[in-house]
Amino acid sequence: MGSIGQVSPQKMLFEAALPLQSGAQLAGYELMFETYGTLNAQRSNAVLVCHALNASHHVAGTYAGQDKSEGWWDNLVGPGKPLDTNRFFVIGVNNLGSCFGSTGPMHTNPATGQPWGADFPVMTVEDWVDAQARLLDRLGIAQLAAVLGGSLGGMQALSWTLRHPERVRECIAVATAPNLSAQNIAFNEVARRAIITDPDFHGGHFYAHGVVPKRGLRVARMIGHITYLSDDSMEEKFGRELRAAELGYSTQDIEFQIESYLRYQGDKFSEYFDANTYLLITRALDYFDPARAHGGDLSAAFAAATGKRFTVISFTTDWRFSPARSREIVKALVDNRIDVSYAEIAAPHGHDAFLLEDPRYHGVLRATFDRIAAGLTR
Amino acid sequence: MSAVTTELELIAELVPEGARVLDLGCGNGELLAHLQQTKGCTGYGVEINDDNVLACARRGVNVVQLNLEDGLALFEDRSFDVVLQLQTLQHLKNTEKMLRETARVGRIGIVSFPNFAHWPNRLSVLQGRMPVTKTLPYEWYDTPNIRVGTHADFEVLARRNGLQILDSFGFHGGRAVRHWPNLLASVAVFKFERR
Repeated sequence: MGSIGQVSPQKMLFEAALPLQSGAQLAGYELMFETYGTLNAQRSNAVLVCHALNASHHVAGTYAGQDKSEGWWDNLVGPGKPLDTNRFFVIGVNNLGSCFGSTGPMHTNPATGQPWGADFPVMTVEDWVDAQARLLDRLGIAQLAAVLGGSLGGMQALSWTLRHPERVRECIAVATAPNLSAQNIAFNEVARRAIITDPDFHGGHFYAHGVVPKRGLRVARMIGHITYLSDDSMEEKFGRELRAAELGYSTQDIEFQIESYLRYQGDKFSEYFDANTYLLITRALDYFDPARAHGGDLSAAFAAATGKRFTVISFTTDWRFSPARSREIVKALVDNRIDVSYAEIAAPHGHDAFLLEDPRYHGVLRATFDRIAAGLTR
Repeated sequence: MSAVTTELELIAELVPEGARVLDLGCGNGELLAHLQQTKGCTGYGVEINDDNVLACARRGVNVVQLNLEDGLALFEDRSFDVVLQLQTLQHLKNTEKMLRETARVGRIGIVSFPNFAHWPNRLSVLQGRMPVTKTLPYEWYDTPNIRVGTHADFEVLARRNGLQILDSFGFHGGRAVRHWPNLLASVAVFKFERR
């Protein structure tokens, strides 16, 4: 069981405009993607891996000459790993509006010759899925063996079965939800306000001013990070540990290790993540709600996915995307008599658990992909 | 029924061809897999144990990881032809509630549980000790069987909950026991529907 080794991203240009849920169109765009493994002769072994908020097309492997450049789901994807690249052709795509190479707010708006900035069209999960489908067209893949994603990536995986059911056989949705709760939207809104009220944001057109709203990005990331961890894991990792031996009696300096950790995470994030992308992606999270078009009836929404097979996984300490939310998905599938397995993993790490290597979690994923692989050769 | 059989095969015979089945406490998914392969049944297992959930995933059986004590809110009324509850009732705190839930969700319910009135158990209690047998291999202080009932007790509970018993028998030594099952069988089996 090893790493896939060195990988390199590819870029594909799409000239036809993409119609968006908002009614707008994205006229011409590029998608960054990576693939691992080999597409078989029947073109039946493709697995699409959808990314969450701050990840990218770089799912697995490393980049030549770059230390610590492992893909974000490298523990899952590779030769001999649960999603085995010896058997599957795995595709990672950077979503539109993101900041890792696919067309986004940092790129030039053809209409103005200036960076899109805040004028980049609002994207939805459905728009991303449609763009991913166009990439599959170009790669000559009519149907996916499976689509897999965690968190916001899980929403995309679910959306695939509703928008393009004929193009996917299995859906694996991890640590996700059928829509965001009010509390979840609230966290997103705090993060957005932190960015928007940063004086360096300039209404989203900060590129022209040669500045980056780093303060806002830092606070946004700090808020987000708190919600990805469980109370217990934070307690275990940091507790009330102080940075110095004694109290400093300062209201502004770092006293507790948890403060230091959050500031570090915020600093790191603000160095590489785009502020407009953060706004766009959190909005896509807010908007996702497949039941909305069915009067709030999730079961009615999932009638479109009849005949697909689902694996739904949640983590007991994940309070951002709690097991109860995954059970709503399971219920909607059961109501439609759709094949589904649901695992509720008692992992201590909160929402972050979906990126970690819990043996029970990876065991279920391995069993699922083994079964899918067995079906390929039948 | 003279040939020696297993409880699994015996129960499988009670399930109609092509039935939509919910197996509560499905263990490693063996029975569901058997029903799928031999009778073209479909449906789901419900299981709480991580190892069993994994075993089901490996078999390719649909499994939903849930605690039965939390009820069956995930499942609509009469959404299954058959709901199986085999060797699980005795582990539950909410035995009566689960029995009602079983009857709500399925057209037919099939339950099995250890019969404490089996004669060796009676003998053991007469001698002043709680029984430890093949079917009840636990000491009183470490048993997961928190509900201790008999074949005859279940008939009373079923009546109390408005359940119509369609069939009932015992199981012991690889055979169905139809005469005096309360005395002669280590396992009680009931097939019922809601009146």
